[in-house]
Amino acid sequence: MISNLLTNYEEAAAIVLFGIGFTMLLFHRNLIKKLVGMNIMDTGTFLFLASMGYIEGRKAPIAADGAAKLEEYINPVPAGLVLTGIVVSVSVTAVMLSLTIRLYKRYHTLNLDDIYLLSKHQTEDR
Amino acid sequence: MDFIRNFPLFTIVFSLFSGVLCMMLPGKAAKYYTAAYECLLIFFSASVLWYTSVTGTSFTYVMGEFPAPWGNEIRGGVLEALIALTFLIVMLCSAFAGWHFLVQDIDESKINLYFTLLNLLTAALMAMTWTNDIFTGYVFLEILTLTSCGLLIVREIGRTTLAAVRYMILNLLGSGLFLLGVVLLYDITGHLLMMNMQGAIAEISKDSRQMTTLTLSVGILTIGLAIKSGLFPFHFWMPDTYGWATPTSASVLSALVSKAYIFLLIKIYWRVIGIDVLDRMPIGKILCVLGMCGIIFGSVSAMRADNINRMTAFSSAAQIGYIYMGIGIGGMAGYTAAVFHILTHAVTKSLLFLSTPRLAEVSDGSLLFKKLQGSALRDRQAGAFFLVGSFSMIGIPIFAGFSSKLLFSLAAVDSGSNKKLILVMLVLAVSSLLNAMYFIRTIIRIYTHPQSAAAQALSSVTAGSAAAQGLAAGTAGSAAEVTSREKQRRASGLRRPDYIIPSLVLIAANLFLGLFSWAVVDLIERGFGMFF
Repeated sequence: MISNLLTNYEEAAAIVLFGIGFTMLLFHRNLIKKLVGMNIMDTGTFLFLASMGYIEGRKAPIAADGAAKLEEYINPVPAGLVLTGIVVSVSVTAVMLSLTIRLYKRYHTLNLDDIYLLSKHQTEDR
Repeated sequence: MDFIRNFPLFTIVFSLFSGVLCMMLPGKAAKYYTAAYECLLIFFSASVLWYTSVTGTSFTYVMGEFPAPWGNEIRGGVLEALIALTFLIVMLCSAFAGWHFLVQDIDESKINLYFTLLNLLTAALMAMTWTNDIFTGYVFLEILTLTSCGLLIVREIGRTTLAAVRYMILNLLGSGLFLLGVVLLYDITGHLLMMNMQGAIAEISKDSRQMTTLTLSVGILTIGLAIKSGLFPFHFWMPDTYGWATPTSASVLSALVSKAYIFLLIKIYWRVIGIDVLDRMPIGKILCVLGMCGIIFGSVSAMRADNINRMTAFSSAAQIGYIYMGIGIGGMAGYTAAVFHILTHAVTKSLLFLSTPRLAEVSDGSLLFKKLQGSALRDRQAGAFFLVGSFSMIGIPIFAGFSSKLLFSLAAVDSGSNKKLILVMLVLAVSSLLNAMYFIRTIIRIYTHPQSAAAQALSSVTAGSAAAQGLAAGTAGSAAEVTSREKQRRASGLRRPDYIIPSLVLIAANLFLGLFSWAVVDLIERGFGMFF
């Protein structure tokens, strides 16, 4: 068990990062910290993908001086997936930050519980 | 005829293009443009449905002619076409029926942007329905999340922004888990295209040691999609989200967005994992139990709600429970019932969410039950539409809800397990009873004249005070009533065709699903038959 974890230490670290980010996103009351958590979570997944695609001792799959054998290259697909994932993560972060700014302008706090209580008072009559 | 094979791609690309185009059009033009192109998309999906059901085979569209292990693929089959067709019809109807409120809720200069969001959301829905590549599914799932958040926040009151933030946070947790699940599956199989993955998983699952890893990754993926679609422990965001959004958004979010996630899950189960391999995992049982809890808890919360939109939203949580229960029952019958209920709920819940704001409009803009007293008498159309929607939700014969409940019970009988049969029947009976209780209570309330209660109070007052005073108050009251009625009539006259035609289409779809359920079930079963 332990030896397995040590050989796959990158994947293990990735899952730990994912867990940290996930719990932060779920339990933290501060909106900005929640977003930081989300980014850690996504980074964990990207690390997992990147470490999966890399094969020890091989080089990047760029056929500059003639095509070499397939066995000399690493797997490029995970890198492509990471790129897509980064784009998604950046856009989601941007949307969430803009929402956070909107909430902060209205309620002057970043604590989600306080915002919830404040908003309940405002629209009690409906 | 083979040209029809291009149509699924057209639905996605046209929607993306229309999203950009609507940014440049003025609001009204964007609305009519959206209507026109959605009709075109409906034609596309209907053609694919016709083509695949006549030829009896599905087809794979290879993007850019890159062959299987590398390229990206779109797949057209009966089931995908049926789901896409229903989604598009409901989308078109919601956009039109909610227009009256859209103009009130959104600044006029920004209405075209709303249609931009709606079109991008259509693109995401279409891509998630048609795709044959699990990572494309993930990307469009994120686009769906972002656009649905956009639909929420267009109504700029504090509650919607907060609801959108909470909705986004849960959705981000869900998509994080889904991505991890996809990555783990890729790690195990080395493929992203659904058919190749299924081949690899069929190999791997022969080794019992690998089953743990496989179960873990499928479980993570399932939890992610369950959070996003609002299965039982994760359903608490629903009332705030659906209750405060502008009606079109509420209808689209509850009827389509959550269903798209579930359909993607069903597709992954059949096309990636394979239904035989899935039966060896405990996931089906867990989903079944959670679905049942969702049904009961959703219905109980709906009974306790004091606001008609919150009640309808909690009822959505219960309906999602039904769908997951169908998935949990398993087998062809269970999945058929689940897909049928996706269609039923799409046409019914959109009707409900589009009629409640009109009932509120004639009750001082309040959604609270106590103010809604007699609102159906003030707006007879909206009352009738709410009535049809509720009857379908309760499961009264000739409406779609009845057929799906029948299908769930048949699936339970088919499953061959006594424990499942008893539990499902029990849950169906209890939930039908609860549904009937809270919907019929609401119907009675909106159809009872508020005057009957007020008149009694008035007569006791006049008995004590001077008769002349009472008379004067009475005439003033009735005069005010006449003018307000006049105003309402004028207001409803303005929006009549916009509202009535889409609602009638939804009712017709509801009745079609109820009366011709055998034909739809036949289509769904053929669709599942093509899934291998």
